[in-house]
Amino acid sequence: MSNRVPLVDYLVLDGEPHLTARECTRCGARYFDRRNACAACEADTFHTVDVATEGELRAFTIVSFAAPGIPVPFVAGVVDCAGTSVRANVVNVPADPRHVRVGMKVRLATVTVGVDAAGVEAVGFGFEPAS
Amino acid sequence: MAENVWILGIHMTKFGKHPELDTVDLGAQAAIGALSDAGLRMRDVGVLAAGNLMQAAASFGQQLQKQIGQTGIPVFNVANACATGATALRVAIMAIRAGETEVGLAVGVEKLSGAGLLAGGSRVAQSDTWSPRGRFGAVAALDGRIGTETMPGVFAQIGLEYDHKYGGATFELFARISEKNHAHSTLNPLASYQKRFSVEQIMNDVMIAYPNTRPMCSANCDGAAAAVVVSESKLRTLSLEQQRRAVKISASVLTSDPWQEACQVLPDVNTLTRAAAEQAYEQAGVGPEDLDLVELHDCFATAELVHYDNLKLCPTGGAVDFFNSGATWRDGTTPVNVSGGLESKGHPVSATGIANVWEIATHLRGEAGDRQIEGARVGLAHVIGLGSACGVHILEKAV
Repeated sequence: MSNRVPLVDYLVLDGEPHLTARECTRCGARYFDRRNACAACEADTFHTVDVATEGELRAFTIVSFAAPGIPVPFVAGVVDCAGTSVRANVVNVPADPRHVRVGMKVRLATVTVGVDAAGVEAVGFGFEPAS
Repeated sequence: MAENVWILGIHMTKFGKHPELDTVDLGAQAAIGALSDAGLRMRDVGVLAAGNLMQAAASFGQQLQKQIGQTGIPVFNVANACATGATALRVAIMAIRAGETEVGLAVGVEKLSGAGLLAGGSRVAQSDTWSPRGRFGAVAALDGRIGTETMPGVFAQIGLEYDHKYGGATFELFARISEKNHAHSTLNPLASYQKRFSVEQIMNDVMIAYPNTRPMCSANCDGAAAAVVVSESKLRTLSLEQQRRAVKISASVLTSDPWQEACQVLPDVNTLTRAAAEQAYEQAGVGPEDLDLVELHDCFATAELVHYDNLKLCPTGGAVDFFNSGATWRDGTTPVNVSGGLESKGHPVSATGIANVWEIATHLRGEAGDRQIEGARVGLAHVIGLGSACGVHILEKAV
């Protein structure tokens, strides 16, 4: 049994860590959640595709005020990974507008979420500056 | 062709703290105010549409009837996030257009004083071993780990996405939008806050989610608004004074967000607002250049900017230049949020979609006092509820 689990089922930790998406077999729309059907074309078959691990930060915010228990400040954003938009935190960068800007190149990075009572580590992801 | 629908009576309570009033008290104040303004009573009303989100399962409409008049009419309790009030109004209008009744009452109310953040998960409840849950197979709460669920953070990204696309949308620009709305609020006695702030004060205030500081966020408060709407044929049976003060609803539109890439990653408030605006201009037979004033959904300063563009008040991509031209100040070519907007008037969510219509109607009637936009004949009211729903109403002065 692995001693690591991904934070979400669309994060693949084996080998080079990467994200996957559920792609509609008819229209190519991509989703990260479990699907009933395609919101774009109503088809109901999907296959799993790999999402590019490098991208461009299309939008961000620096959250300074959040629900209890959530460490702040942190950078939240949307990354354009070769045409697939991904919601993620921007990590390994100061949470400061002088260090984060729209259009910056970023790449996938894994981050630890914590270890549970059974000793299993949950691993999440973020995007870090690529240069 | 369904006949025109008119606002006969409309009322907005003072927005702010009402610790002595409960939800039904506030709703009753708005409803009785609107009926009185209309010169009608509950027994004249054929349909009630009622919105309250905080007690969405509590049949607020029926609770309200029990205080102001139980006449046996159908009640539609509606919930559509921050577009709940506009949805209630739209339901009443649809009932009239469908020919089911001649008179409808729409009421929206919320008590939110001191509510804090309205979305965003807590980290407290979590099991002691990782087990995947939900549609993402998540082993832990995602808010703060995979982006943010908070409204200030979501709308901050929407503003900066506009900056990425077109440029020029700086922290200071967003602060200056907020400066405008707070300045406008000083003329509105019903606003929660009537305090002018300098750009420096706004930028140096508490940061909530960059670039939105506290004064750039909508104010949680208590408030209610209600409207009595009637068919044109009913209106023509009423007194000349009632007909003179009636306001024509030239367009009433509700949309949801159509699918497009990224819309399930970051809510897209643009597509559905553009669609609602286009449908509304078409229905009303007016264009953005005809608008004498606009109340748009500035739940955050970052949202106001993108809606200049979405409502076609400016050319595509031109929202920054449009704001910098001074157009949206109350003495500009297209005054926006002369009420003070959600940032200072306040945002009791289910009341907002009717309160914005009240603001426009009050100017068209020439009854807006110190903040009257002189000669106002046409106005537009817009709201967005995340999830998403967009309501747009275009109103015209009686001729």
